[in-house]
Parts: sequence; C-alpha cells; structure tokens
Amino acid sequence: MEREEGEGELDGLHTLAIVLLLFAALKLLYLLGLMDTEDKNDDDLEMTMVIHRPEGLDQLEAQTNFNKKELQVLYRGFKNECPSGVVNEDTFKQIYSQFFPHGDASTYAHYLFNAFDSEHNGSIKFEDFVTALSILLRGSTREKLQWTFNLYDINRDGYINKEEMMDIVRAIYDMMGKYTYPALRTDTPRQHVDAFFQKMDKNKDGVVTLDEFILSCQEDENIMRSLQLFENVI
Amino acid sequence: MASGVAAWLPFARAAAIGWMPVANCPMPIAPRDHSKRKDELIILNVSGRRFQTWRTTLERYPDTLLGSSEKEFFYNEEAKEYFFDRDPDAFRSVLNFYRTGKLHYPRYECISAYDEELAFFGIIPEIIGDCCYEEYKDRKRENAERLMDDQEENKDAKLPNMTFRETMWRAFENPHTSTMALVFYYVTGFFIAISVITNVVETVPCGYKSQKDVPCGERYTVAFFCMDTACVMIFTVEYLLRLFAAPSRYRFMRSVMSIIDVVAILPYYIGLVMTDNEDVSGAFVTLRVFRVFRIFKFSRHSQGLRILGYTLKSCASELGFLLFSLTMAIIIFATVMFYAEKGSSSSKFTSIPASFWYTIVTMTTLGYGDMVPKTIAGKIFGSICSLSGVLVIALPVPVIVSNFSRIYHQNQRADKRRAQKVQKARLARIRIAKKGSTTAYLQTKRNGLLNELLDLTASEVEQQHLNKTSSLLESQHHHLLHCLEKTTGHEFVDEQLFEQNCLEGALQPYRSHSRTPSASSQDGPTGTCCSRRSKRGSTPVPNASQPHMLTHTLPQSPGLQELSAINIQCAEQQLHGSSRSNLNMQTNEVDRRNTRQQQQQVTTAIISVQTPSTGSSASDEDHDHGLGLPSVVTTASSNVIKVSAL
Repeated sequence: MEREEGEGELDGLHTLAIVLLLFAALKLLYLLGLMDTEDKNDDDLEMTMVIHRPEGLDQLEAQTNFNKKELQVLYRGFKNECPSGVVNEDTFKQIYSQFFPHGDASTYAHYLFNAFDSEHNGSIKFEDFVTALSILLRGSTREKLQWTFNLYDINRDGYINKEEMMDIVRAIYDMMGKYTYPALRTDTPRQHVDAFFQKMDKNKDGVVTLDEFILSCQEDENIMRSLQLFENVI
Repeated sequence: MASGVAAWLPFARAAAIGWMPVANCPMPIAPRDHSKRKDELIILNVSGRRFQTWRTTLERYPDTLLGSSEKEFFYNEEAKEYFFDRDPDAFRSVLNFYRTGKLHYPRYECISAYDEELAFFGIIPEIIGDCCYEEYKDRKRENAERLMDDQEENKDAKLPNMTFRETMWRAFENPHTSTMALVFYYVTGFFIAISVITNVVETVPCGYKSQKDVPCGERYTVAFFCMDTACVMIFTVEYLLRLFAAPSRYRFMRSVMSIIDVVAILPYYIGLVMTDNEDVSGAFVTLRVFRVFRIFKFSRHSQGLRILGYTLKSCASELGFLLFSLTMAIIIFATVMFYAEKGSSSSKFTSIPASFWYTIVTMTTLGYGDMVPKTIAGKIFGSICSLSGVLVIALPVPVIVSNFSRIYHQNQRADKRRAQKVQKARLARIRIAKKGSTTAYLQTKRNGLLNELLDLTASEVEQQHLNKTSSLLESQHHHLLHCLEKTTGHEFVDEQLFEQNCLEGALQPYRSHSRTPSASSQDGPTGTCCSRRSKRGSTPVPNASQPHMLTHTLPQSPGLQELSAINIQCAEQQLHGSSRSNLNMQTNEVDRRNTRQQQQQVTTAIISVQTPSTGSSASDEDHDHGLGLPSVVTTASSNVIKVSAL
C-alpha cells in the first residue's frame, strides 16, 4: 500500500516536472525568437518620423525652370499633403487615386512613383517632385520624351519591350474602371500595345530604344501637339 | 473632387504626359485659366475675430459657402473683407476643414449650435473625420432622445377617433392611460404572484399521512386545482384579449412575451387533456416545471427585468467568450488533475469527466470539499486551478456590468438597432458624395459637349444658358479625365448605362471578333442590322489605329455634312476611299437609327470604339450600343434639344 502511494506521488511529481519543462521551453523560445519581433516593431515606428527639408528657394529656382512664386505655391501644396516633407509610395498612390475615382489608379501610380523617385529610395522629396514637374511642364520636347521613356522602361535597361508596355497600358486601362463605353475587353490592352509597337518600333526588333521612341514621337503630330497641352498648368 | 489634393492637381495633369505617346487620338483642349488672378489673402471677419487665408484654400471646396460665389454676399466694401455674424469659436473648425481637409468636432461645443454652423457654411456633417465622428454621433443621438422624450410626454394625450381595438391595445401597452388599464394591470400582476406562490407552496410538506411527509399539493388537491384553474382562466382571457387587440396579430404571436404567456398556460391544458395514465405521468410531471415560466410574465410589469434581459442578449458575445474560456480551462485542469491523482488510491478522481466537477467547484471558488486532491502534485495543480479560476471569471464580468449600466441609464431598447441604421445612412451619404465626383464628370461631359455644339453654331443666347460656371479646378480635373478617355479610346459611363449596353450587346450577335480583317469576317454575323453591313461591302482594314469620330448632329442645322466636318478623325486612316463617302454612310446610318428609335434626342453619337480587328468606322457603328449611349444619355439629362433626322 505504501509503496503504491509512494509511486503515485512519484507519478504526480513526474507530471509536474514535465509541465515545468514545457513552460521553460516556451519562455526560451520567446526570449530567442518571438520576443525580438516585438521590439522591432517599436523601432520601425520611430524610423518613419523622418522629416525632410528642401534646399533653399534660390537653389531650386536655379535648378528648375520655375520662378520663386511658383515654387512657393508648389511647396505649400506639397507640404500640406505631406507634412513630413517626403511622400512615400502609399501616400502617393492615395493622392493619385483621388483624381480617378472610377477605377483603380494604384498600378499606374506605382510606375509614376518610380519615375519620380530618381534616387530609388522609396520616397519622393520636394526636390524630386519639382525637378520632374519642371521637366514635364517647362522642359524641351526631347526632355519630356525622355522622361516618358523612363516611365515606360520599368526595369531601366534602356529598352521598352512588349511586357513592360503591356503593364503600363494595362495600368492605364485599370484607371478607367469597369463602367466604360464601349465595354473593355480582355484583349483591348494587347491591341493597344500592338498598335503602339507598330508605330514606334522602327527596326522591328521587338524593343523600342530611346532614339526610336523620340524619332517616332516627333513624327506624330498628335503626340507633339499633346505634349504642349499642359504648359500653362502652373 | 476630394479635399486638399487640389494642390496636387497640377502634378496629376503634368503626369498625364505619360499617356500621350500611348494615345492614338488627339487630346482635348485644356481649359484656360481666364481669371489668372494671383493667389491672394482673404480676410474673414467673424464677429470681430479676423481670420486670414489664401483664396485657393477656400476654393478647394466649391460646393460650400466659402468656396463658392455665395461669400460675395458677405463682402464688406469699405473694409475689403468678408464679414460673418457667426460664432468665431465654431468658425475655427470650419476654417480648419478647408486647411487640412478634415472636419473635427470640438467637444466643448454644443451639438445643435455646431450643426447650425455647419449648415450655414454648407458643410455636410457626415464628413467629420473618424477621430471625432463617434463623439459627434453620440451627442447627436442623446440630443435626439431628449427631444423625443419631450415629445412622448405629450403623446399620451388621447387621440380622437381611435377604434375600440386601438384603445384596448394602448391600454395594454401603457397602463397609465386609463383607470381600467391600471386595474387590469394590477389584477394580472396579482394573479401572477398568486400562481407562482401556489406552485411553491404546493411542494411544501404539511402534515402526515400514513407516516410519510405529504406535500400540501397532494393533501389539498382540490383547493390547489381550483386555484390553478382560476389563474389559468385569467391568463387565457388576458392572452386572448391581447391577441384580439394587437395591430399585427402575426407579429404579436411571434413576440417573446406572447410565447411566454403560451408556455405558461399550456401545461394546464395538456394536463386536462391527458388522463391519469401511469406511463405519461412522468412526462406530465416535467410539464409542471414549465409552470414556473409564469414568473417571467412579470417582465411586462417591470422595466428593469426587460432591461436585464436585453443586456444579456446584447452581451451575448461576452457571455459566449466567458463560457468558452471557462470550458477550455475546465478541460485542461480536469485532465491535469486526473493524471496527477491517478496514482493515489481511493481517489475520487475516477475519470476526467468526474474531475470536471472538482474543477468547476474550484474555479468558481465554491470549494464544496466533496472531492479533494491527496497527492502533492494534485494539490499544486489544484491551487493553480483556483487562482486562475478567479481571473478567468473576473475578466468578462466588468464588460457585462458596464453594458447593463449603460443600457439601464439610457433606458433604450432599440439603441443598437438605431445606431446601425445611422451608420448605414452615413456611409450611404459619403458614398453618394463620392459618387458625385464621378457623376459630376459625366454630367459635365454632356454639358460640355452641348457647349461645344453651341459654340459652333454661335448662338449667343443658348450659349449663355448652358454655360455652367463650374470652377476652374473642376474643369481642369474633367479635362484630365477626358484625356484619359482619349488615351484609351474608351469612355466613362454610368453603371446603369453599362448594364444596359451589356444587355444590348448580349442580344445582338457578337460580331467581328476575328483578327483577320478579311471580307467574310466583316460580313459575318447576320444581326438585325445586316442591311448596313452588306451595303458597306467588305474592305480589309489595316490594323493600325482605330478611328474615333465625334459626330454632332444638331437640330435646325442645315446639313449634316457641314457638321461632319467636325469629325475629329484619328490619324492616317483611310476608310473606304474618301472620307466624304464615309460621312455619307454615317449620315444614313444615323438617319436610319433615328427613325428607328423614334425618339427625339440629342444624338451626340460618340462612336469611339476600339474594336479588336476591324478598325473601320463602319463596324463602329455596327455596335448597337453606339446609339444606345446617346439615347439613354439624354433621357437621363433633361435637355430639350430635339434632333430631327435628316
């Protein structure tokens, strides 16, 4: 009898020991793996509150084609929407999408963001913003076309191939949304891209280089005319 | 268009240069900034306190007082400022809305005063930012309730011309309305109490009979039976009267109170029906249990009881969580205790379910002591069990308590239901406002086209009529959207139009999908509009670009031919020889369509189609939706421009 009771006690203590070991292992796991991530989150939060101040007004005026007054207006609008002085991609997408309530402008905004973000660090400063605007609104035709080429050349290899163009055109069509007339068909973007390549690809090698692009655009009256469309935007 | 991103519109328009090489068609002309004013500071004098801001800041929201020309009414010439005789404190939030794009509700402000200010300045309160919206809605609800309470007190005055049935129903629902109702109310309450007490006393042992304790029920059977019968009579009569008086009998029968009534009186009738059979008497005894439900009839008489019931219902999720966590804990601890106590002899923990009882008793800190652990491990786990029991039970309880107190204080049954409706209404309004921007574009487009038409005919009078002064910002934004349309060659349409076009498209046989611009493909499907096709013949068409044509047909205009000159044809596309012949065909088609439609509409046939293979304008017009659009467009708008088919 006593031996049985003693064994019973031992069994119970075994159970207790196992449970304690389990808790210890969990705690160890926490200390090693899981606990780190919690701290990391806090660090991340602190990092995002970076504030950026642009260069002086005079310098910007020298670098771009805007005068002081225009720069003032631009900066006020910029700072109003992004008080921290930099635009990150999400904010950019949000802002751009507000102009196109019908469809989904986020893909095209992504490409635009990459085109604006000259340093490719994931944020647009006021200088980037103003430089790009200066090219688009006050630059020469060649500069504008070059900028557009950069926009289309997603991987920045100097060539536009069909896939890149498909992405861009699809992104543009996404902005139209669902309710269009006539109804969008699945092969509409492809048609558009084929037409584009037909026009632009002079030597028919399947890619469009910068020179081909500029040459073809200069031949097209409509494009030339439309490039001048936004000159008096500011 | 939304908020402070007005400042980014120049950027969005500049970025549109990215579309230009892709587009095949010429872009529309940009609106010119006629009033090229330099941005100036505006002084807003609100009851003596001067606020200053840029003019463009205010113009961000052109549909409010400060953003539109309505503020000119308040312009003070001598002081060169805008004077408003309003509360300057509330004006702070209004002005901040223009600056930041977010409307905030200051807590110190009275809700009705704030509402008035917003209404004055033309701002809808639904756009209050999420940070302040809850507070705003809560305050508004409280205010509304206060008003309603005041109204309800007046409502008790008896309305004339109420039928007998309505009077009775009102008497049942509000006992204070008449003396009869009050009497009825107390009588039923009294009988409920009697019935409950009878049921209780029935089981008390009174006296002896053959050396055995006999409950009073069996001793004075007849008396109790009479009492029971009387109570049930009263309840039955009451139920039937309520049923008769109820405005919607079906709804009444489904309500909780009526079900309680039925359940309360049913056992008696079942008992009457059933004989003193040995087999069924067991079930009969069970039925008697339901007699205790009569006590729930008291909830009609007590507001607090109803609120308690409602609280429990509304805290269902917290109660569910409590139950679930308790179950989890019970199972865990019961298992642990069973295995811990397994070794000990004469242990009461014979199985895990048997340990459940111990766990529950310990966790709720009851501690009956009928089952106690004997081993050391069992005692350790037992103490952990009781400590954790306190925690697990204590967690959801404050939530339930606070819920109850909130509901009790506000004294509202339909609180949550009303809140949900408000939330839906708010979202609906915001959605409508957002949709306003999309429909605004479509609207302006129609108006814009009409403007173009009238520009050409140079009829001054009509021009002035239709020249809507939309703000420059709006016109620039619409121009941007127009450029996008031109780039892709498709147009924005309404949801309804889209569905309609889809339907029409589905009805018509699907044509010209093949890529080969062969003759046969063009002749292809024999739709209802075959005749046109055959007329056209079959000319292979280069795949290159697609034509876009803008055909304006005008009422009293002499020749369609002349207007066809407006056709903004897309580049280098030679169709069927001369463009003139094309136009002729166009004319005839439009002609035929007009007669076929038999309607008077503006036929601004925007036949811009990017069809897969056939780039010809011919196939463009084959699309019946081609005319579907204009016909519906104008039925949507209320323009009265009639088109006479030429």
